[in-house]
Amino acid sequence: MARTASKPGLLFSGSDWDFQKLSQAYEAIAAIAVEELKLDTYPVQMEIISSQQMLDAYSSVGMPLMYRHWSFGKHFLYQDFLYRKGGRGLAYELVINSNPCIVYLMEENTMALQALVTAHAALGHNHFFKNNHLFQQWTDAGGILSYLEFAKGYIARCEERHGLSAVESILDSAHALMEQGVFRYHRPPKLSSERRREGLRERLEYEERSYNDLWRTLPPSQDTSKSEKKDEGLTERKKSLNLPEENLLYFLEKNSLVLEPWQREIIRIVRVVAQYFYPQRQTQVMNEGCATFVHYTLMNALFDRGQISEGAMLEVLRNHSNVIFQPAFDDPRFSGINPYALGLDMMQDIQRISIEPTAEDRDWFPDIAGRGDWRDVLLDAWANHRDESFVRQHLSPALIRKWRMFVLADQADDSHYEVASIHNERGYQKIRAALAQSYDIGASRPDIQVVDVDLLGNRHLRLQHKVKEGVLLDNGSRDATLRHIRSLWGYEVSLASVDAETGATLNERSSNDC
Amino acid sequence: MPIFIDRRLNPKDKSLGNRQRFLRRAREELKRSIRDQIRAGRIADVDAEHVVPMPERGTGEPTFNDARDTGRRRHILPGNRQFAQGDLIPKPGQGGGKGGSSPGNTASEDDFRFVLSREEVLDLFFEDLELPDLVKLNLKEILAFKPRRAGFAATGSPTNINVGRTMRNSHGRRIALRRPKQAAVDAIMQDLASLEAAGPNAQTRERVAALKEEIERLERRRRRIAFVDPVDIRFNRFDPRPVPNAKAVMFCLMDVSGSMGEREKDLAKRFFVLLHLFLKRRYERTEIVFIRHTHEAQEVDEETFFYCTQSGGTVVSTALEEMHRVIEQRYPASEWNIYAAQASDGDNFATDSERCIALLNRKLMRLCQYFAYVEIIDERESHIFGATENGTSLWRAYSAIESNWPNFQMSRIATAADIYPVFRQLFAKQPALRKSA
Repeated sequence: MARTASKPGLLFSGSDWDFQKLSQAYEAIAAIAVEELKLDTYPVQMEIISSQQMLDAYSSVGMPLMYRHWSFGKHFLYQDFLYRKGGRGLAYELVINSNPCIVYLMEENTMALQALVTAHAALGHNHFFKNNHLFQQWTDAGGILSYLEFAKGYIARCEERHGLSAVESILDSAHALMEQGVFRYHRPPKLSSERRREGLRERLEYEERSYNDLWRTLPPSQDTSKSEKKDEGLTERKKSLNLPEENLLYFLEKNSLVLEPWQREIIRIVRVVAQYFYPQRQTQVMNEGCATFVHYTLMNALFDRGQISEGAMLEVLRNHSNVIFQPAFDDPRFSGINPYALGLDMMQDIQRISIEPTAEDRDWFPDIAGRGDWRDVLLDAWANHRDESFVRQHLSPALIRKWRMFVLADQADDSHYEVASIHNERGYQKIRAALAQSYDIGASRPDIQVVDVDLLGNRHLRLQHKVKEGVLLDNGSRDATLRHIRSLWGYEVSLASVDAETGATLNERSSNDC
Repeated sequence: MPIFIDRRLNPKDKSLGNRQRFLRRAREELKRSIRDQIRAGRIADVDAEHVVPMPERGTGEPTFNDARDTGRRRHILPGNRQFAQGDLIPKPGQGGGKGGSSPGNTASEDDFRFVLSREEVLDLFFEDLELPDLVKLNLKEILAFKPRRAGFAATGSPTNINVGRTMRNSHGRRIALRRPKQAAVDAIMQDLASLEAAGPNAQTRERVAALKEEIERLERRRRRIAFVDPVDIRFNRFDPRPVPNAKAVMFCLMDVSGSMGEREKDLAKRFFVLLHLFLKRRYERTEIVFIRHTHEAQEVDEETFFYCTQSGGTVVSTALEEMHRVIEQRYPASEWNIYAAQASDGDNFATDSERCIALLNRKLMRLCQYFAYVEIIDERESHIFGATENGTSLWRAYSAIESNWPNFQMSRIATAADIYPVFRQLFAKQPALRKSA
């Protein structure tokens, strides 16, 4: 191919990149992003890394620094195995929700790819991290790196002082509970000691004020007195320990009687990391959709303005279409719904509905159909939704038809699946609800809570698993995890499976039996 | 303008620590799978990379998970072609992959193989093996020094600055020389500012001038007395300590006479290959002397020992004499830990066995820390000889020595699969073997 003489206006020509080109490309793309999409981003720090370093980053949950643990070594081997086998290419980029936003670029990328990645990660993901309410509320982008540095150093010091295996066993147990180590609905109660005393005093005062000696003269009800007394003890305990508690790690960290201070601190570190990643797990479709929509829009804008060549644009489009490839369910390549594809399609659909709605869209989305200002609708969606609510509100019948979605009902003991809904008038609502439900982590992961503990008696810790739709826990992993909880708690732990609808206890497993 | 950082030149293998922790955890299982592989393959293969399956035990990461075969679920799938509502689709059998997130699509993350490097293989392979009784330490020929913390010094390299000490000295000096504190200066500054704010008049003017002079004086003094002066600086001092050096030599004695067929030679060589690797891996500074013999013995180099063919009669004592000669010449027993490993098919020239016994009893066993004898026997004989003390002339002769000397060990090899167990048995870590001499 004859070397295209760099035409005026082109940001780059040829496939080699250098830092000046990267910088120019970023400036141009960022300018368009502000102008066309009104994006609002953290400052960006771009780091060029090799494939080896990308594998390193993969294995330490995508963070640039992480404490040491054997499981990361195992994940590295797995990623390395996939990469060498050619079964999986490496990502072109990795982006970290921090301030400044760190974007890793692979050195092997061509310049066109670097531009694409810049638009995708440095602007798309970056905007999402900065503006989405989940990230704003739950993560501290400015502090995460220094916290991880502290965590790494702290755990290394613990390894020196207490030995590798002591630290390892705590980390093993804490990792097993990582999913049960997040606050889903509320932040931990954070009363200052002064305010807590104040609260206690007020409560006592209230009791004194409302004391009435007449109550004492009431005859005790004969038959229920005993069970009532017991219940009273239980409610009292529950109140003082803030039970039921969904965050098992938090509960163990605060209340376990056998842990040393350094062990509590390690549990806390694992808990903080788990909490940091919790929003990311809830916003896969939105996060990737936002980044993909942004890069697609921006690269097209660049091309329209004549700032990148046709060759570069072709390369960009080829990679873009790879990323959003969605095979049908019966395709051997099918492995679930591709969040990039679903996210991009839904956002482009919102764009379409705002500009040229059909009659159906006007029925389904009266408040956005035909408004024209799709940018504001999207900015609003990016800021205020997670996957579950986004799908629930914005999946349109047109898109369901385009994807030809259907719902299979799967009853475990049946020999066949039943097609519950397809893309027709009766099915739209149901498909939308079912898809939204599948993105609701709170609903799709086992719901396990601490319900009771007898601190004055035998210190038996009782957990409860709310069984939804009859889905029980896998026995082998349940027993192994219970053993981990036991080692953190130090005394007997039991887990009861309780049917969420009927309240009937299905089975109970004690750590003494496994 | 974004910040660019080029990380490509950063140290690689950031996850090496994690890998080591992982290998340590899976140690037992990895060891077993490497040993199985090596037993099945060739001994020389130890010296290479190995692909091992992911160990199962000890590397699980349990979490609470839903059991896949219970309850009611809904799968949302794209790409419907012909289904209508209410259609029933038979579930695919085990391993079928049609059901979206149903079983079969979840290839276990633990089911894969990975590569162990040569060093890791050797470490695992030779773990808990050692040369017994490595006691003679020599301080005369010192080659290695190890730095050890030893107090503080007034000179040193900047990386070794002891900040705590330095600041303590600095603090003491500042107190001794009465360096004015910043707080004192600040207080006067504040007075001055408030006076000046009040507006100039006759009585304050004098006071202002006095304060200014005082500030000037303090500042001058602060400048003269440095916060940290070069005399304050202390460095961590390191003392090079000599590391005692254990000198060891291993004699490899091999019978290459006519009675040793191809098979026997091959087995003997494999044994020595293993020994050679072990010494090179674990005892970097061990010398190895190769002696081969027929009816006459000679010291040869590694290449010749392993690869050359020679034939002739069998006189075992010649090898022992050669060994004794080499010891006298080059390896005084007062300085060297001497080891020997001998391999033979047990055939010997008539009456020579007596001579071997005499040589060993009178001379060699006094000099050696440890003497291992390996006899290569026919596979068909193995069940005859397996447990009994009967055997070839050499075996019977050496049995007498074994009972006299605790640092003498003997064993039989019939097939390639025996080599490693015998090797382990001969060089397993054992409670201190005491020389009876």
